[in-house]
Amino acid sequence: MEYLIGIQGPDFVLVAADTVAASSIIQMKHDYDKMFKLSEKILLLCVGEAGDTVQFAEYIQKNVQLYKMRNGYELSPAAAANFTRKNLADYLRSRTPYHVNLLLAGFDEADGPSLYYMDYLSALAKAPFAAHGYGAFLTLSILDRYYQPDLSRDEAVDLLKKCVEELNKRFILNLKSFSVRLIDKEGIHDLERLPLPQQ
Amino acid sequence: MALQDVCGFHDTPAYPRWNTPALLSLPVGDTILHIQRGIGSSMYDFGKTSGNALELYVPVLDYLSQSPINFGQIASNTLPSHPPLFQSPTPLSPSCLPVSIPLLSSPVPPSPFVPLPFPLSHGTTTLAFAFQGGAIAAADTRSSCGGLVACPASHKVLPVHSHMVGTTSGTSADCALWKRILARECRLYQLRHRRRLTVGGSAKLLSHMLHPFKGTELCVAATLCGWDGEVEGGTEDKLAAEGTQDGGSANESGTSPAAAARVPAWAPGPRLCYVCSDGTLLKGGLFSVGSGSPYAYSVLDAGHRWELSVPEACSLAREAVFRATHRDAYSGNCVDLFHITARGWRRRAREDLKEEYYREKERERERVEERRRERGRVEERK
Repeated sequence: MEYLIGIQGPDFVLVAADTVAASSIIQMKHDYDKMFKLSEKILLLCVGEAGDTVQFAEYIQKNVQLYKMRNGYELSPAAAANFTRKNLADYLRSRTPYHVNLLLAGFDEADGPSLYYMDYLSALAKAPFAAHGYGAFLTLSILDRYYQPDLSRDEAVDLLKKCVEELNKRFILNLKSFSVRLIDKEGIHDLERLPLPQQ
Repeated sequence: MALQDVCGFHDTPAYPRWNTPALLSLPVGDTILHIQRGIGSSMYDFGKTSGNALELYVPVLDYLSQSPINFGQIASNTLPSHPPLFQSPTPLSPSCLPVSIPLLSSPVPPSPFVPLPFPLSHGTTTLAFAFQGGAIAAADTRSSCGGLVACPASHKVLPVHSHMVGTTSGTSADCALWKRILARECRLYQLRHRRRLTVGGSAKLLSHMLHPFKGTELCVAATLCGWDGEVEGGTEDKLAAEGTQDGGSANESGTSPAAAARVPAWAPGPRLCYVCSDGTLLKGGLFSVGSGSPYAYSVLDAGHRWELSVPEACSLAREAVFRATHRDAYSGNCVDLFHITARGWRRRAREDLKEEYYREKERERERVEERRRERGRVEERK
């Protein structure tokens, strides 16, 4: 039902998530933000079971911020991703596993942009592009076909729009709007929502 | 309890009155300071302090060594597709569960029924929305228990404090208990920090208190609606908004131009938060919860605007509950309406929806008459 997508460029990462918060058949909220800001240049996108998403994501968020307070510098995206994975794995075989699917996107001064795909079994993979949800079945092949490692920001947004068009055309659920953010060396930027409000 | 924290007293003669374990060998819910000593042990143990006096009370944390999933579980005869709607507590046996978990008897076995299109739960209709004149919370008054109307005049909108009410949906006993716990915690916060906890803050508190019970039969789906006043510590709200929902207010204003007229996250104004025992926490401007909520949503979505006047908003809420009770079997009887403004909540008189139904029928009859007369006149002119 929920959809996350991330596309990594040479010096940026573009991420988008749908903005629907649903409860059985009702859309309770149309402008729900599924992205959690872990630090100035790291975003965690989190979907999954109702309460688990917010609980787990906030737990990771507060711990990353605590690390910064204690040590004076921020965790790199790789470190944050592995920290998240470790926590998810630790809870996996407890009595309260978290059923969440994550995308972690970040920009590091040394390593550049990075996008990490993590699923609810805490499998972690660094990927140039990734998607979660039923919509991923429809859009991964578009990403396979049109993705270039050196794509520009505009090309990445176009690729994202292609994916959204395909979802509107073939996906049985109506995912009307997506929040879009871009991370580069200047930080996290909000881009325009998709689809554009005038349409 | 707050005074005792400040003065360092933990056991006073006044204390046992509402905090001692009941004679039934069951600890009363509020056992935060006696937890380590177990049931029935000495109450007047001055030597041991509770440690962090300012810690929030989470009922499960201290004395359950296992996850609460082992407690409060109903034996296998629960049908997953039709969770029990109303559960009455039974007297306990000493070997039974710790009482801070609401007591559940085995559910009333449901009569044979047609398979539902989606899991039906929370047999009620409650709704709340914010508008320029404050916030409105409305609910029906029928408590159902399977197919039986257990109480036709129950209260589903419960005040938490002077500027906040909560609509309740789910298990009535759970909701009543957790509302009281929330009211107590809000009051403690107010005494300790000299300002009222915001609606978002109370919602987060309730959500965190309910989190250990995720996976059990506890079912609370509440919409907290209230008025956040002007506070010098308004930064807490802003930080909370930034921390949890990144750019939440920016996103809100992106949806429609009308949203820009609404209050930003840190200004005083009406606030709504939906909290569910499965962990959902949503902040928004319009919520409806319960089995009758789809019917209520359709009426509300058509009529709701920020610029509604107070009488219009009240009649919209009443109409939405009326339509829901008309179609939903588990909602009915009367409608309760609360209006929350900067001065606090005000309760409107409870209205019987049977009257509304007959008035509606009258109006329809008149409309049909009118149309027939019109048609007659048109015929004559021809």
